[in-house]
Amino acid sequence: MPFGRQRKEFPSHLWTQCPTCGEMLFNKQLARNHNVCSKCDHHFRLGARERIELLVDKDSFTEHDGDLTSGDPLGFSDQKPYPQRIQQSQAKSGEKDAAICGSARIDANAVELAVMDFEFMGGSMGSVVGEKLTRAAERALAGRTPLLIVSSSGGARMQEGTLSLMQMAKILGALHRLDEAGLPYVSLLTDPTTGGVLASFASLGDIIIAEPNALIGFSGARVTSETIGEKLPKGFQRAEFVLEHGFVDQVVPRAQLRERIAYFLNAFRPSARDLRWSL
Amino acid sequence: MDVVDRFLGKKTAAEGNGHLPGDAGLITDSAALTTQRTPWQSVQLAREPKRPHSLEVIDGLFERFQELHGDRGYRDDPAVVGGVAELDGVGPVVVVAQQRGATTEENIARSFGMPYPEGYRKAIRLYRMAEKFHLPLVTLVDTPGAYPGPEAEERGQAEAIAKSIATMCGLQTPIVVIIIGEGGSGGALALAVGDVVLALQNAIYSVISPEGAAAILWRSAGEAEKAANALKLAASDLLKLGIVDGLIPEPAGGAHTDPQATITAIKSALIVQLDRLGRVPIADLLSARYERYRNIGVVVEPLPGAAPVKKEPFWRRIMRPS
Repeated sequence: MPFGRQRKEFPSHLWTQCPTCGEMLFNKQLARNHNVCSKCDHHFRLGARERIELLVDKDSFTEHDGDLTSGDPLGFSDQKPYPQRIQQSQAKSGEKDAAICGSARIDANAVELAVMDFEFMGGSMGSVVGEKLTRAAERALAGRTPLLIVSSSGGARMQEGTLSLMQMAKILGALHRLDEAGLPYVSLLTDPTTGGVLASFASLGDIIIAEPNALIGFSGARVTSETIGEKLPKGFQRAEFVLEHGFVDQVVPRAQLRERIAYFLNAFRPSARDLRWSL
Repeated sequence: MDVVDRFLGKKTAAEGNGHLPGDAGLITDSAALTTQRTPWQSVQLAREPKRPHSLEVIDGLFERFQELHGDRGYRDDPAVVGGVAELDGVGPVVVVAQQRGATTEENIARSFGMPYPEGYRKAIRLYRMAEKFHLPLVTLVDTPGAYPGPEAEERGQAEAIAKSIATMCGLQTPIVVIIIGEGGSGGALALAVGDVVLALQNAIYSVISPEGAAAILWRSAGEAEKAANALKLAASDLLKLGIVDGLIPEPAGGAHTDPQATITAIKSALIVQLDRLGRVPIADLLSARYERYRNIGVVVEPLPGAAPVKKEPFWRRIMRPS
């Protein structure tokens, strides 16, 4: 930390304090480092657009279904009406909903991409996320390309009630067809990946990669610890814990993600090998 | 309007009422419900301790039920029961259900009907058995949700649920799902993907419990009734939303006032549905199942040329009082 500077000299729109090591990080440099602390490698959350830029070949991303927005099927209102929450989230994030989908190339491999954004209503999955991800999987099937889904979510969107729950089944139906067709599906788990998202598509990748220390869990930790009336084990529901217990393939630092994903896409690419197997 | 028409794509689940004929007393139009209840009343009735639970229903629906145990990996979870049974006029079936307890003691033994991963893995094993031997699959849904404890997390609760849902999506045998009590979120959905999804008249099915929604969205678990109303979790709402295909009538005071009559009503509906589904070629069945779920959800797709979303300027965002 630069000598002699007081906290008030770090205005929050220019500096961010690392919650792990306490270092003051200059936002522009943090962004250039893909929102990873240059001192201790603490992984901050990354927006969907920035995530896409990180992972895909330059200028290779074409967005699809970008115009879908949420309806209000339940006429839901808690402390605010649902449509108002949607509007406010749209204004705050600049996105229409919690997932961005499209086609891209990763190390020249054509891939269908779906990236969730926690900033939009906690990445919650409602009908729009369900529809967009299902269309992405259907496009992958039609084009015989692999699918990559980047998860970042607090779970299903309560304001759409049981319709949100149904999106889990809807997406899995499309993923099942992709699986039957022998096409790869890579699932990238980022902080946080929880609830109905983890209990559906996020957990069913052929390859499941998690970012370091990402929160990956089905139940909220408070619910879990209240259920058993005890404190939880250290590192509970963090990526490394989930790795040890056998539910992710690898924990990969953000800087290595692109190369690692490309490795598997290349390895699983159909080739002359497949002719041999079919004879 | 025949169920087979729906399989041939002529009508979708999301179009709501009336796409199953109102035979065997099945209610396909929520306006036809004689007793109108508030969602909160449905919640109370669905959770009523004397309501018939899965094993009692299985005993009444089927003959010669042979319960099968274990997930072949870790243990036998008493919160999920299942096995092979015989249904009058249909033949052998595989049945899988979540099981609550009738007494406190039993509830503790069965973790209150909240399955662990091994419960879902037992379910998956039984689904595969149905598929292998070309037996229809019948599931009964009645659970507060999947068990949320750390042992369940450690043993892959999320993966087990996901796998269970996915297996049902592609299962090559007819599936009829009956929600007999509380359909608690993903823990329920893992047993609830089907060709036909029915619900008892006072059943509920929700993405989150009313108490959970109240605590998160209204910041007070005491607002559970308000949350229940907002969530549209009662069977009649589910029918309107196309999540459930038909309602099975209950006696006027609720299933617990006459379990026998309730089970008889379930049996009639079940026999009719299995009979129809049994005549649909498997490929058509799977297409129709895909379409059933494909069409659930409400999105707005603006016409081309609609105004783009404008991101709030940075200065306004930092000046806005939080």
